Formats: sequence, structure tokens, C-alpha cells
Amino acid sequence: MNDVLLSVQDLEVRFDTYAGKVNAVNSMTFDIRKGEMFGLVGESGCGKTITGMCIIRMLPRGGRITKGRILFDGQDVLVMNKEELQGLRGRRIAMIFQDPARSLNPVFSVGNQIVRIIRTHMSVSREEAHQCSFKMFEAVALPDPERIFRSYPHELSGGMQQRIMIASALSCGARLLIADEPTTALDVTIQAQTLALLAELRKTQNISILLITHNLGVVAETCDRIGVAYAGSIVELGNTDDVLFHPKHPYTQGLLAALPRPSSRKLGLHSIPGNVPDGLTVLPGCLFRERCSQVMEICHRNPPPLTDVDESDEHHRVACYLYSQGDKG
Amino acid sequence: MNSAPFLDIRDLSVHFVSRRGLVQRKVQVVRAVDRVSLSLQSHQTMGVVGESGCGKTTLGRAILRLVKPTFGQVLFGGEDILALSREKLRQRRKDMQIVFQSPYASFDPRFNILNIISEPLRTYTRLQGSAQLHRVAGLLEQVGMPGDIMYRYPHEFSGGQLQRIAIARALALNPKFMVLDEPTSALDVSVQAQIINLLQQLQSDLNLTYLFITHDLSVIQHISDRVAVMYLGKVVELHTTEALFNGHALHPYTKALLSSAPMVDPNARHDHIILQGNVPNPVNPPSGCTFHPRCPSAMPVCSQTIPELRDIGEGHQIACYLVT
Repeated sequence: MNDVLLSVQDLEVRFDTYAGKVNAVNSMTFDIRKGEMFGLVGESGCGKTITGMCIIRMLPRGGRITKGRILFDGQDVLVMNKEELQGLRGRRIAMIFQDPARSLNPVFSVGNQIVRIIRTHMSVSREEAHQCSFKMFEAVALPDPERIFRSYPHELSGGMQQRIMIASALSCGARLLIADEPTTALDVTIQAQTLALLAELRKTQNISILLITHNLGVVAETCDRIGVAYAGSIVELGNTDDVLFHPKHPYTQGLLAALPRPSSRKLGLHSIPGNVPDGLTVLPGCLFRERCSQVMEICHRNPPPLTDVDESDEHHRVACYLYSQGDKG
Repeated sequence: MNSAPFLDIRDLSVHFVSRRGLVQRKVQVVRAVDRVSLSLQSHQTMGVVGESGCGKTTLGRAILRLVKPTFGQVLFGGEDILALSREKLRQRRKDMQIVFQSPYASFDPRFNILNIISEPLRTYTRLQGSAQLHRVAGLLEQVGMPGDIMYRYPHEFSGGQLQRIAIARALALNPKFMVLDEPTSALDVSVQAQIINLLQQLQSDLNLTYLFITHDLSVIQHISDRVAVMYLGKVVELHTTEALFNGHALHPYTKALLSSAPMVDPNARHDHIILQGNVPNPVNPPSGCTFHPRCPSAMPVCSQTIPELRDIGEGHQIACYLVT
């Protein structure tokens, strides 16, 4: 398995708040291979964004990584010092966010901002940085680079702003792009453009992409493999088609059944009763058990480990006692 | 379709005028809603779909006179809503309610749930004391919330629960018609399903008519009977949901819009028609058909004159020169 680019192993994150300790991430485990598009899906509060931020060590104030390892190209990100991190962020891992308008500085032209990014990470002249940014504008299919270079963020549409973000993220040769809800703020026709662009860049720039989203349709059409997160833990992991068409975990099954689709019109939508646990109260055992229709006695005792669905298929893994033979209480 | 429509919207237009400059006054006009005509059948759901800035929210608000329409008519039970006097309008508003997109921004944070839901009862009815409490508890029960939450405050609830409370408030005066403006867009998938099921249940229990506004194509497919597709303030195509989603869409924009929604189901997947460019600036819309700069099948005529929305049979309306 030396084609693994990023490996997140048993990551645990705690936030200290006035209300008490919040368990934002409980047990996040997944690998991203070279050249792969990996989707991390889940509903709000499942820890998907926090996991993305841990990978570049940009956890918001109050958050602590209390357990686990994050290996990028074999190096442990969590023990890196400041200089090592500076070499990692931007140069090797880049991140883009949901709202491009808030990621760009409104008082500088976009050219100014991208040149600054390039010159922070690479020792090149202003002129070379200028050329490099033009090349990136071309890579993300932005027309009229001269004009774009001089324009200010408010003069560009949301889709163009997101292209600028992608261009600057990849301008320093990052190997991994973390895209946190990159199309959520965009209209569907622009979303289709942006997703097509990401899929193309992955091939032309030879990068891996971690796509963080709540939209199952988006991952279904773009990702090779996906991980489904619930309340801070990965509950199911595997090839996109295996997970979406043969879901094993009751949560994944419930989530898919809750999607409106042509056949759901007459039958009504399946909904998962209850709400996501708030992270303040720590339940022993499986975190989904309160909402699960197939709950067993063992689910109340220990959190289920991530295990292979069956022996023949080592790529599809699920954290549920329904599938761990021998352990059934 | 031969019965009189429940709600008949004729040529409804909302133009926003902005003035710039002190000496040389420049007047800019944004036609947010431009001559939209729709007729809603009772107990049905009309879906309005479109991208941001297409005027779908303004349309919903103009029907209820929450923004002032520039011209047009909204006939509701034979009366033109837009011509009613203040007092008549106030009485009419009992029949028409709205649920907004963000449940977090829909309430005064200093009101408790009892205050929130009883506000319409206090302004329109004489229900007081225990009768009022009883009514509020009944409304909460109707939306699947326990009655004992009425002394709690909005910040104590999740988005899905708040949206249920917003629906309870909208139901307080027994309306006949509800505008649902992106009621599930701020919610997670599993909670969205709960709210959609609730809305459908209420529609059949209370005989409600909905105007459902959303940008989410799978939701509109699930909930509406007919769908109007909007682009830059105009309805470009209108048809039954069934036909539109089963390959009978004819307008190039509708086709591109339907194809760009990502699908989970492999059987429902199709090639995306990727549109070039962006939605144009509504201050300065393109000449002729406003979609022509992005249209893959644009013809010379498209940039010259505006295609009219025409009925081509079986309730299918379309504004495009491709269809003759």
C-alpha cells in the first residue's frame, strides 16, 4: 500500500467550551491514494470540516487533537514544527472553502493576492509569479487572464471566484487539494462547471482531492471512494458504488432513503427519527444507536470497530455490529 | 384543468429602480419579475425552480404583496389582491401564509414559542387565556412537536424543529394558500425528509395549496404537481412535473438545468449539459431571449426579439423559438 498519499488514523478532536468538553471528532479513519478523489460525506456537525482542518493543522482556537495520527507521504503531520508546517501548507497540501467570497481579501486585486501566495511559498521574482498565475488561470479555464488579474473579488461571480481559489490553491504545486464544500454556495449549472473542472485538474495536475460535502449526488458522480461520517466517526468506507448501492450501515441506508427521487413521490420519504447527538454528552457504545432501527444489546456497550464487510472484499468497511461475526451478543 | 383556477397570476411584474449620482441621474431598472403569469389549481403544489437571482423569491413575495408589484394582477377567489385596500388586504392575509428559508432568522429571539405562535391569533382572533394555549398546543401537535415546549426560546431548538414551529405559526389562522420559500434548503438531508413529509401530510389533511420555491431539483420533483422554470425574471417553461422530468422538457435552459443536478442513482444519471458562462447581470440583460448568450442552440432571431410564453397543448407552456 505505498500508493497512499494521506492516511488519517483514529483521529480524535476535543473542544473546550464553557458548556464543557465537546467531542467534535471521535474516530476518523481513512486513506487517500495518489491521484484519487475521495469524498468525505456527512451531515452538519459530523466533524468533516474539522478533520479537513486537522490535516493542515489549522484547528480553530479551543480545539485539541487528543488521539490519532495523520500521515502525509509517510510523515506525521501532527508532530511537525512551524517551519515544517510552512513547507506543508500551500506547497504540498492546499485547501479551498465553501464561500469563495469570504476567502478572498476584498481590498486587493486577485492578481495581487495570488502573486503574494506564490512568493510566500516559492522563491521566484514578481515577474515569474505573474507568469505562473497566468498559467494557473488558464488551467482553471478563466477567460481573459489580463483582466481577471487586475480585477477585485467583488467584480467576479461566485463561480469565477471559486476558480480563482482553485488556481491559487494549486499554484504552488500542492499534491493534495482539500475542497471543503466547494460547490455548496454555487448554483447547479455553475456547480456542474466547477465539478467538471476539479475532475479535469485531478488528471492534468496529477493531484489527489479530498472532497468534503454533504451532497451525496456530488460524491456519487465525482469520487472514486467515499467515507460516510456520523457524529465524528467514520461509519462506512469503500468504493463509491459499493457504498451507495450496497450500503451496509443503518445510517448510510437511512441517509440514502431520505433522498427525494422519482420513485419516492407516491411512497413518501423515509426519514431518520430524532436528531444528531450534540457531542457534549458522551454515550457509551455506538453513537447512532438512539436513532437506529436495528439496535442490539451490544450496541450499548462499546463503539463498534471499523471492520471489513466480508472477507472477500477488503475495500468496503463498516462500523456496525450487524456485520461483525462472532461478536454478536 | 377546466375549473376556475384557485389563484390566477397575470402579468405580475416587479421592477426595482435604483438611482445613482446627484447631478447626472442615472436610473437603473432591474426587472426582478417580468410579466409572469401562472395559475394554481387548488390542493396542488406549483413548484418554482431557478438559480439565484432569477426572481423566484420576489415572485413569492409579490403574490402576497410583501413587496410592491409594479403591475399585474393576482386573482384570489375572484378578487385582485393587488387592488385591495389596506383593511381588506389585512383580512385576506389570513388565507395566505409564507414559510421562509432560514428558520433561524424567522423568529424574534426574545419571544418564546407561545408568543411566536400566538401572535397571529392575537392580531386576528379573540382567542385568549386557556383557549389560546389550547390552540397553540394543538398546532404544535399538528407539526409533530410536544406541547410542553411553548415556554422555551428559539435558540434552544435545532433547524428542523424551528422549521416545524414556523409551519405551526403559518397554520395558526387556517390558511388556504401557502408560499414555501426554500423551506428545506437550510436543513440536512435526514431532517429535510421529515419536513417534506410533514408538508405533504398537512396538504392532504388541511386541503392546502402550495407555491413551492426552491433551487433543489430533486425536492421539486418529489413535491410538486407542476413546475415553472424561471430565468432572469421570466418563466421560460411550465409543465407537469412528471412530463418535465421524463424527457419532455423542451427549453434548452430547462434541459441544462435538469441535467446539471448530480444524481446518486446510476439509472437516473445522464450526461451533463455544461452551460458556458454565468447568469447575466439583470441590470443589463441581453437583448431578445435573455438566455441566448449561453444557449447551445441559439439562432439569429433569439438575440433580436423576446420569445413569448406560449401554450403548446396539454398545459405545456414554453418561451423558445425552437418550438413552433
